[in-house]
Amino acid sequence: MSDYYNSKDLHRFGEISTYQKEMGDKFFDWYGEVFKDSALTAKEKSLIALAVSHAVQCPYCIDAYSSTAYEKGYSETQMMEAVHVAAAIKGGAALVHGVQMMNKVEKISM
Amino acid sequence: MHKSLLASGHSLAQPENQLRFFAEDERFPRFTERLQAATEWPLKPQQLQVFQVNLGKMCNQVCAHCHVDAGPDRKEIMTWETMELCIQAIKNTPSISTVDLTGGAPEMNPHFRPFVEALSQLRKQIIVRCNLTIILANKKYNDLPDFYKQHNCQVVSSLPFYAESRTDKQRGDGVFKKSIEALKLLNKVGYGMEGSGLELHLVYNPAGAFLPPPQEQLKADYKAILQQEYGISFNDLFAITNIPISRYLNYLVKSENYEAYMTKLVNAYNPATLQGLMCRNTISVGWDGYLYDCDFNQMLDLKTASTVQHLSTFDLQALNHRAIQVNQHCFGCTAGSGSSCGGEIA
Repeated sequence: MSDYYNSKDLHRFGEISTYQKEMGDKFFDWYGEVFKDSALTAKEKSLIALAVSHAVQCPYCIDAYSSTAYEKGYSETQMMEAVHVAAAIKGGAALVHGVQMMNKVEKISM
Repeated sequence: MHKSLLASGHSLAQPENQLRFFAEDERFPRFTERLQAATEWPLKPQQLQVFQVNLGKMCNQVCAHCHVDAGPDRKEIMTWETMELCIQAIKNTPSISTVDLTGGAPEMNPHFRPFVEALSQLRKQIIVRCNLTIILANKKYNDLPDFYKQHNCQVVSSLPFYAESRTDKQRGDGVFKKSIEALKLLNKVGYGMEGSGLELHLVYNPAGAFLPPPQEQLKADYKAILQQEYGISFNDLFAITNIPISRYLNYLVKSENYEAYMTKLVNAYNPATLQGLMCRNTISVGWDGYLYDCDFNQMLDLKTASTVQHLSTFDLQALNHRAIQVNQHCFGCTAGSGSSCGGEIA
């Protein structure tokens, strides 16, 4: 049990259904549906997924959607900009709480 | 410029070493098992329609993925005598509708023009697989667009991507800009222009260890970007999977992507592609007149499994009874939507 993350485990994702088949099957059906061409193209969804992967800091997802977004034709620059969008939202999410801090300080200070 | 695998003395330049590599690798199921499961073993030919001729391995480019291991240092070139044998075989085979000329850069063969002139008398569709940059490589090639037009050749050209960096990574520095310039010259004489009847098709193949995205989506992106950015028109886009042989196999092994790439191919195996495989309606002729089921088998030196293995004894009846030679590289043509010289097949 020395490795928390093993890249080969990504290929075993489907095995999560082993312990709870019904829920697992429902998840994978829904997951497949989400990434189909629809109001957004599968290509656009791959870039959103790449950004979210960075926001949730999931190495499996980053591997998967770096490949998918590149395969579908996004350039290195476009992909890095998507990562910046994720980072900007994460950074912004921390910083906007600065207002909460300011509110508290203003409340307790004279 | 890089050297071919052959010129650099690489072991994977030799077909027998590539086949040994496949044979010794036990991580993947055998392609023949897939055919047996689909009751398509042995794989049999259908009506012969495409006569594909490799005019030689000489090329002005050294692309990182080239399955021919072509380049300026390759001297294998088809002779006029062999071309005459091609013409005879085509004349004697009415079912052949298309003659597909490839290389290397087929235009670098000194007999290229007389061969095309002779073929155009036979009233078959002539395809020239033009790498685009050859048109600008030397003054003597500058009039190729007019020559293609004169003989109503269909031009099929590789442009692995609509962005410079990805194209140049695969095909060499400066190739994208030259390709764009060449495409403009082809457009200028009418190729790819609506209503001209002169067909210009582009070929996408992945610049790396991954599979092509869906052809239609990619075609829409190519059309939009090439028109917006460069004012270029073309007819169709063929998305082709890289087959793990020769220089591409070397790239996969060297970059430690071989296992992941083969896993992708094997997992994406699609039996619906078997009916449309190009090896079933094609004969591939090597620069020296030997016969193969496809261009990839040609590069692996897997000659037709028949008493007929050379143009000098060409006999369609006998060839129709052969079993098509298959090996692990065939997972490339059967992955996902499949792959052929004309793009997706299923």
